Amino acid sequence: MRGQLPILIVFVSGVFMAIQYFIPHDAGVFFYEYGGVFFYEYGLDCIIVIGVFAMLLGIWSLFRVQLDKVAKRSPGWGYSVVALGGLFFMMIGGPLWGIEEGTPFMQVFWYIYTPIQATMFSLLAFYIASAAYRAFRARTVLATILLLTAMVIMLRLIPLGAISGPNQKLATWILMVPSMAANRAILIGIGLGIVATCLKIILGIERAYMGHD
Amino acid sequence: MDLGTIIWNTIALFLTVCIFSFLYKDNPFYKFAEHLVVGVSAGYFAIILFYNGFVPKVWIPVTTRGEWWYLLPAILGVMTWTRFSKKWAWISRFSIAFYMGIAVGVALPLEMQQRVVKQLHATMLPVHFMDIQGFWNLLIILGVLCGLVYFFFSVEHKGAVGGAARLGIWILMIGFGAGFGLTVMGRISLLADRIQFMREWYLMVTQALWGA
Repeated sequence: MRGQLPILIVFVSGVFMAIQYFIPHDAGVFFYEYGGVFFYEYGLDCIIVIGVFAMLLGIWSLFRVQLDKVAKRSPGWGYSVVALGGLFFMMIGGPLWGIEEGTPFMQVFWYIYTPIQATMFSLLAFYIASAAYRAFRARTVLATILLLTAMVIMLRLIPLGAISGPNQKLATWILMVPSMAANRAILIGIGLGIVATCLKIILGIERAYMGHD
Repeated sequence: MDLGTIIWNTIALFLTVCIFSFLYKDNPFYKFAEHLVVGVSAGYFAIILFYNGFVPKVWIPVTTRGEWWYLLPAILGVMTWTRFSKKWAWISRFSIAFYMGIAVGVALPLEMQQRVVKQLHATMLPVHFMDIQGFWNLLIILGVLCGLVYFFFSVEHKGAVGGAARLGIWILMIGFGAGFGLTVMGRISLLADRIQFMREWYLMVTQALWGA
C-alpha cells in the first residue's frame, strides 16, 4: 500500500486532469461536474491548499534550523535571532494588523524586504562584470560570438554618436532573428522535457517525489 | 513629509547600505540584512499564502457555504506534516502523490500547447526572396532546427547532423550572448534605481530638517 497506492493516485489524478483538455465542453461537463462541483477547478484548488500546508512545513523547518543554532550557540547564532525575529514579526503581525496597505506588515514588506531584494539583485551588476571578464575572454570562436553579441546588446541604448544608429539596428536584428531562433529552440526543448517528465511521473517511471523509507 | 515615512525610508536606506557593504567584503552588517530578509520573506509569503490560499479555498467554503469537501485538501495538507516523523513519513506520500498527479496532469497538455505547439506555429514563417524578411525567416527556421539538432543526443553529431549541430551552437551562443546582455542591462537598471533611492532619501531628509 505504501509503495503502489501513491503511484495509482498519481496515475488516476494525472490522467483525469490531462484528458479534460481533449474532451469537448458538453461531454466535459457530464464527466467533470457533479452537484455543482467542477472537479477540474476543485483539483486546482486542492493543490493550492496542499501547497499552503507544505509552505508551513518549510517554515517549521526554517524555524527548527535557526532555533538549533541559537540553542547550541553555534557561530553566528545572533544572526539566527534576527531571522527568527523577522519571521515572528511577520507571522504574528499579519493576523494582528491585517495585510492591507499601510499596516506594519506591509510597511515591513515595502521598506525592509523590497529594498534588500532590489539591492541584492543590483549587487549582481558588479559581480556579473567580473564573471563576464572571465567568461568572455575571446579564446574560442564561440566565446567571441557570445562576447560580441553581448556587447552589441549592452551598448544599444548608450549614445555612441555616429555608430548608435547602426548598432541599434544590429541589436534589433540580433534579438529578432538569431536570438529568437535560439530562444525558440530552447523553449521547445524545455517544453518537450517537461512533457516527457510529466509522462514519466504519471506512468510511475519517475518516483523520486516519494522519497525513501 | 511625516516622521513615519522618514523613519521607514531611513531603515530602507540603512539596509541598502548594509547590502552594498558586501562589495568591500562579507561583514556583520551584510549578514544582518541577509538573515533579516530570510525571516521576513518566509513570514511574508506564509501569511500571504494563508490569506490568499487557505481562507478563500478552505475557510470561507466550509464555514460560510457548508462545502465540506474542501476539508479534504486541508486533511491532505496536514498529512504532509508527517514528513517530520521517520515512522509516519510514508503517510505524506498520499498527499504528495495527489499533488503531483493534479499538477502534472494540468501541466502536460498546457506545456505542450504553450511551449511546443505555439513556438512551432510561430516558426512556420513564409520563406521567399522578394525582400530581406523572407531570407531572415529562412534563417529563423534553420536556427530553430539546428538548435534542436544540437540538443538531440540520440544520433552521433557527425556528418550532416554534426554540421547542423555546429550551426546550432553558434545560434545558441548568439542567444546566450543576447540574454546575458539583457540581464546585465536589467541589473544596471536596478543599481541605478537604488542610487536614485539614496539620492531621494537625502533630498527628503534635508528638506525635512532645513526645509531646503
